[in-house]
Amino acid sequence: MSIVDTAKQTAQGLMQGALEKLVPLAPDSWIPGGVPDPLIARKHGLIGSPVSRLDGRLKVTGAAPFAAEYRFDNMVYAALTYATIARGRIAALETAAAEAAPGVVLVMTYRNAPRMAPPPAFGSSPGGVGPADLPILQDDRIHWNGQPIACVLAETQEQADHAAALIAITYAEEPSTTSLTGAKANGIEQALFMGQKLLNEIGDPEGALAAAPYRVDQVYRTPRHSHNPIEPHAATLAWIGDELVIHDASQMVSQQAQTMADVFGLKAEQVRLTSPYVGGGFGSKGLWDHQVIAAAAAKLSGRPVRIALSREGVYRTVGGRTLTEQRVAIGADADGRFQSLIHTGLAVMTPHNAMPEPFILGSRATYAAPNILLKVEVARMNMLANTFMRAPGEAVGTFALESAIDELATELGIDPVELRIRNEPDKDPISGLPFSSRHIVEAWRQGAARFGWDSRAPAPAMRQEGEWRIGMGCATGTYPYYRMPGAEARITLTRDGDGVRALVEVAAAEMGMGTSTTTAIVAAERLGLPLDWVEVGYGDSAIPGAIMAGGSQQTAAIGAAVIAAQGALVAELLKLAGNDSPLAGLSVDEVGCDAGGLAKLDEPARRESYASILARAQRDSVSATRPGSPPLELMHWSMHSHSALFCEVRVNAVTGETRVSRFLGSFDCGRILNAKTAASQFRGGIIMGLGMALMEETQFDERNGRIMNPSLAEYHVPVHLDVPEIDVIWTDIPDPHTPMGAHGVGEIGITGVAAAVANAIYNATGTRVRDLPITLDRLL
Amino acid sequence: MSLIVNGLEVPAPADARVSLLDHLREGMHLTGTKKGCNQGACGACTVLVDGERILSCLALAVQYDGRRITTIEGLADGDALHPLQAAFIEHDGFQCGYCTPGQICSAIGMVAEAKRGVPSHISPDLTAEVRLSREEIQERMSGNLCRCGAHNGIIDAIRGTVAAEVGA
Repeated sequence: MSIVDTAKQTAQGLMQGALEKLVPLAPDSWIPGGVPDPLIARKHGLIGSPVSRLDGRLKVTGAAPFAAEYRFDNMVYAALTYATIARGRIAALETAAAEAAPGVVLVMTYRNAPRMAPPPAFGSSPGGVGPADLPILQDDRIHWNGQPIACVLAETQEQADHAAALIAITYAEEPSTTSLTGAKANGIEQALFMGQKLLNEIGDPEGALAAAPYRVDQVYRTPRHSHNPIEPHAATLAWIGDELVIHDASQMVSQQAQTMADVFGLKAEQVRLTSPYVGGGFGSKGLWDHQVIAAAAAKLSGRPVRIALSREGVYRTVGGRTLTEQRVAIGADADGRFQSLIHTGLAVMTPHNAMPEPFILGSRATYAAPNILLKVEVARMNMLANTFMRAPGEAVGTFALESAIDELATELGIDPVELRIRNEPDKDPISGLPFSSRHIVEAWRQGAARFGWDSRAPAPAMRQEGEWRIGMGCATGTYPYYRMPGAEARITLTRDGDGVRALVEVAAAEMGMGTSTTTAIVAAERLGLPLDWVEVGYGDSAIPGAIMAGGSQQTAAIGAAVIAAQGALVAELLKLAGNDSPLAGLSVDEVGCDAGGLAKLDEPARRESYASILARAQRDSVSATRPGSPPLELMHWSMHSHSALFCEVRVNAVTGETRVSRFLGSFDCGRILNAKTAASQFRGGIIMGLGMALMEETQFDERNGRIMNPSLAEYHVPVHLDVPEIDVIWTDIPDPHTPMGAHGVGEIGITGVAAAVANAIYNATGTRVRDLPITLDRLL
Repeated sequence: MSLIVNGLEVPAPADARVSLLDHLREGMHLTGTKKGCNQGACGACTVLVDGERILSCLALAVQYDGRRITTIEGLADGDALHPLQAAFIEHDGFQCGYCTPGQICSAIGMVAEAKRGVPSHISPDLTAEVRLSREEIQERMSGNLCRCGAHNGIIDAIRGTVAAEVGA
């Protein structure tokens, strides 16, 4: 990061700080969500019922088009060559053999690539979502082992792959930092995340820890992780006139279009990016070098390009979650109440990005303590830029915190569920804000009863069946409610016979979370229309606004934008209704949408259908576009989701193999909008958490900075036999201060899981493992 | 030299390096069969050849002269989904949908293997008739990765339909 960027981040932090002082003092009614969304009170209808995803048929028939499945006439195929040193420069580059190979259309390196601006790095500007502040294919510098340094275009993929292998590179290596020890020796800095220091200190945490009669103080380590969506990153793109058309796999559609426009010096509207189907993302489906390189090569060659990264290519060029070393120390009195909570440590990032894995976020509001220290520091390494991966911060932070609480429970001889409940805060321990909605104790009680927690052996290594040692563990998961600014919604009603069809357009992304289905359900309820008369448009940069499938906030962002657009639509309809309508003389606040039309709220018989209003006004359609309200609720309340997680494991006494035999997640995430797709999100997160606990690690060669297991054969993810039937339940208590009463559910699932598994393993074996993943060798 | 794909005879590619997967996707524009790793580790490219499941990324198209290949596009009967396709929707046996065609083709081939008496790594008796317990199905489907975590729904969908006959 440059000094300018650091200054910019600091300025953003100050602005944020001023707002944070004023917004908490404002009356509730001034704040979005201060008056509950009327939809919360509506208990009938589709919301909360299990609705099959509306794009299901396309997906099970193979008809849903993904990024690498679009075609342009005269399209060529791209292959990349990747650097094999961690830092230095290209001394010599032999491309003649590749250029002469059959079918080759272009060999592009820094020597002939068009001049392009570096993509603005994530967080450095409102629309910038570049991976790092590095130029792409503009000079001879090598910044990481795996950096793309040449691109071949050919008539077929086979020809491109062959030619790419013919490029010969000689490097002039320069000193690099590729070991954790080396990175620490170079210096450790305070981490800044989204412009703010990852640092909270209250009271005298070290003093209180030393004085506490019971304490734990341990270091926990988590390795690098890769997202591994089954769809490798890909784009199919073309320059059509002065417009760049990209079919991409994106979870941040508008922002990627904007960033590509910045790179090529275009106006935002000159880049059209569509991404209706994304084959999994988990934080990884953003802008990386390959889209920029493919667009540059398309420009240079005058041909449309398909770039479909190989699986190894994904590992070389798409960053993952970074490693962490975390200290958790808790001091408690004899009845288990925390006197001190310390969660500090180190994450690794690169000299060119700003993503310090913020592992303390989940420790800010989960437990009460009079003395608190939370701090993330960073060291820098020459490696591929690390990035967001499902529940960045909380996924690994909860492993450390929730393991430590289990250790403390053992010290105290208190049941770990009871210990957690005993330390429930009555307000946010850091900010002092009231909680908007917090029912974690209910989640614990319901989960414990359903799981049969009372049958857990209170001491470790008590249960064995044959070779299998059996244990139970638990942990809390936590993830904040967020809502990012920038979302807009456009609602269009179009007459169709005696009724109307609705098109709801949001610049959102759908990676399988069920967003398009849930948006249709909510819009149908808001507009009083049957579900199959509502269509949702998304995944297209031509739609107004910018929404990101990240931070588990997309549903809330869409929700608030649809509320605003619905209000504008009602106003427009009232205007069209005029003086001959039964609604004549009513204001926007007096009417609501109901059963295919507008009705007076306290006199539902006074009504007129949308179709009738449009017909009298001689209109075929009516449309309204509005942005969502600014997300000030985030500064007025402390807003979080929680889960109570229960795990049963069987650990083989001979081989050390761990099998997860049962798992229950009991969630407190506001009102659930679609029981079917939400359950899948919870399960999906939990399963990724099982992988993190037991098998996942991106292995990094500390000698040369090269990823050693860049394949799905060597990076192990949970397979069918690793996944037990996972039970999920939820409190379903609406948060009165959010759109629909809902919280996002995409990330909460993974949080806490690794600790629940590790705690169950301790209960089964008496062995405490503080380094992930918990492989067989650690239990022998 | 020709292949029979979903009942239609089509020529094999001229370039012998072309995998069956790439021939389907790029040559025939049948993109329902997915590429996840191109090295036989993920199962997303699973298709049926004369009723047996294979990984089309590890197969050269020219090896399949005269063979009957069924892809995800060939399973539905007109507008009527294959019962397993319908069950995947009902049980939410997918999220992103990218591994789904491979899971579905693999499950159909897996059940045929069980009916032929092929044991798995966890079968208690190598010679007995195969009964597809939940665990047997999980073991036999473990070559098909799903990263969204739809495993429970996938197994439920298989158990409720194609595996019901040989279920345990």
